[in-house]
Amino acid sequence: MAAETPALILDNRAPASWRQRIKDARLPWIPITILLVIVFCAIFANLISPYDPRENDVRNKTQPPFASAGHVLGTDKLGKDVLSRLIHGSRTMLQVTAPSIIVAILAGTMVGLVSGYSGRWVDSALMRITDAVLGFPSILVALLIVTYLGTGVWNVMIAIAATQWARFARMIRGEVLSVRDRDFVVLAQIYGVSPGMIVWRHLFPNVINTLMVLTSVSIGQVILLEASLSFLGLGLKVGDPAWGIMIAEGRKLLTQAWWIALFPGLIITIVVMAFNFFGDWLRDYLDPRLRRAG
Amino acid sequence: MWQFIGIRVIQGIFTLLVISLLVFLATRLTGDPALVLLPPEASSKADYERVKKQLGLDKPLSTQYLIFLSGAVRGDFGLSIRDRRPTRDLLLERLPATLQLALAGMVLAIVIGVPLGILSAVKRDSFLDKGAKLFAVLGMAAPQFWVAIMLILLFGAILKVLPTYGREGPENFILPSFVLAWSIMAGITRLGRSSMLEVLDSDYVRFARIKGLKDGMVVWKHALRNALIPILTFSGISLAGLLNGAIVVEQVFAWPGLGRLMLDGVLQRNFPVVQAAVMASAFFYILTALIVDILYVYADPRIRH
Repeated sequence: MAAETPALILDNRAPASWRQRIKDARLPWIPITILLVIVFCAIFANLISPYDPRENDVRNKTQPPFASAGHVLGTDKLGKDVLSRLIHGSRTMLQVTAPSIIVAILAGTMVGLVSGYSGRWVDSALMRITDAVLGFPSILVALLIVTYLGTGVWNVMIAIAATQWARFARMIRGEVLSVRDRDFVVLAQIYGVSPGMIVWRHLFPNVINTLMVLTSVSIGQVILLEASLSFLGLGLKVGDPAWGIMIAEGRKLLTQAWWIALFPGLIITIVVMAFNFFGDWLRDYLDPRLRRAG
Repeated sequence: MWQFIGIRVIQGIFTLLVISLLVFLATRLTGDPALVLLPPEASSKADYERVKKQLGLDKPLSTQYLIFLSGAVRGDFGLSIRDRRPTRDLLLERLPATLQLALAGMVLAIVIGVPLGILSAVKRDSFLDKGAKLFAVLGMAAPQFWVAIMLILLFGAILKVLPTYGREGPENFILPSFVLAWSIMAGITRLGRSSMLEVLDSDYVRFARIKGLKDGMVVWKHALRNALIPILTFSGISLAGLLNGAIVVEQVFAWPGLGRLMLDGVLQRNFPVVQAAVMASAFFYILTALIVDILYVYADPRIRH
């Protein structure tokens, strides 16, 4: 492909300023803006939402959007303000997904590092378990967990973590395998560095990029999983401001009040898309080898 | 080749064993199965002892597991707590509906996704390419249950052209299988596009062009076959996603399949039914993954060695 590569490229340019570097990175501004808005809503939900998301207002039941001055996106069957519930829903979403994905990342990374570095039967055993979890529909695993532990936010968080760690473990293991036999690791071994130290100082830094990309790609999946579990009535309680629950509530009034189900679904779609696009960008940015046409 | 298949079969069986062990232990770790499996109307101490003996809970754990396993092989996980029917009958009753739906979803995803991906590759950077990409990305990000509800609203309530629940005729398949298909279509379209681009750039396709073959012939005959290999693998991978979706989609469309059986089982804490449904879907998942792996080897002779 490349015709003739010069033997030596002399780069006399001054190191790029941070302004230039941001420009060169071609940051995906639209997804970033969307995500910042969501985080802002989650943090300041109390301040910016026009109503209390749990407050019933029986005089203003099932108001259509843009009809009355008070309720921009309408109200549900008990007169709760849809916009306020959406804003508080972003907080609920972050509260459920963030801790569970952090646990999944920690557990998955540990398993992946140990599995990849120790090899042999430890690797085989851990990878069979990983495959069992990975190859298994995540809602099913979550259902199983919720069956035995009961419904509720905590159990949904456990279920999410229990289904998501496997992907991290698989990916990290692959990365570890690819660097395990490189010279710097072998030298460290000869030098007598302890296995724990090798994993931490020499292997872990090499998997951070993969970890970040996988995280940003997984968040979308986790949001969808959480919404599905809420929708199925396995997570939060009915009436809580969560997007999945709002859709479940809206489903019952679909023909009379379409807006109750429509808006939370739109928000989920937009947020998941933002995370996916951001993940794509991050992957291209961190790994130029993957920057291919398309 | 045979060695490869043998290894994969053994791995599959091993994975199933791991899952069965998890399912088995889950009931034992989270409470007394005798109490859980006790019918609500029977609650005396004698009943409890009888159930315990009947379930073999007085035997050591390893023996219990073997009994559980031998039942599992025959699809027998005991009686459903709710209607006292054998789980095996329930499984046989519900399984076809889910398999049909999953198959319809997969076929639809390939039938729409592959041509879309190929067209995007051939007409690269055109309006069609961008539109196809947006369509695929939307399908991946939109929650399936919400898409399902919105389709019900549009086609069922407003246009009144399609049935929105049940499983009477072929028209009942349209909405649920589309919802399933749309969510995995993104991967198929994207893969179809990128692998087609790669193949179109390869020497033998260029040679076919130099030979003077028509564009359509080159794309559909020479390039497509090779571009299909990654799509095949991806279809295997997306099976889990398909089953995932089936649980939600069956719920929304009142589809009498395994997913609803499982969800009802969870909400009613009907443990035997949940165990049966989980093991059945695990079995089918692993079986299909195995078949895809074998097909993969057939499709790409390079991996045989």
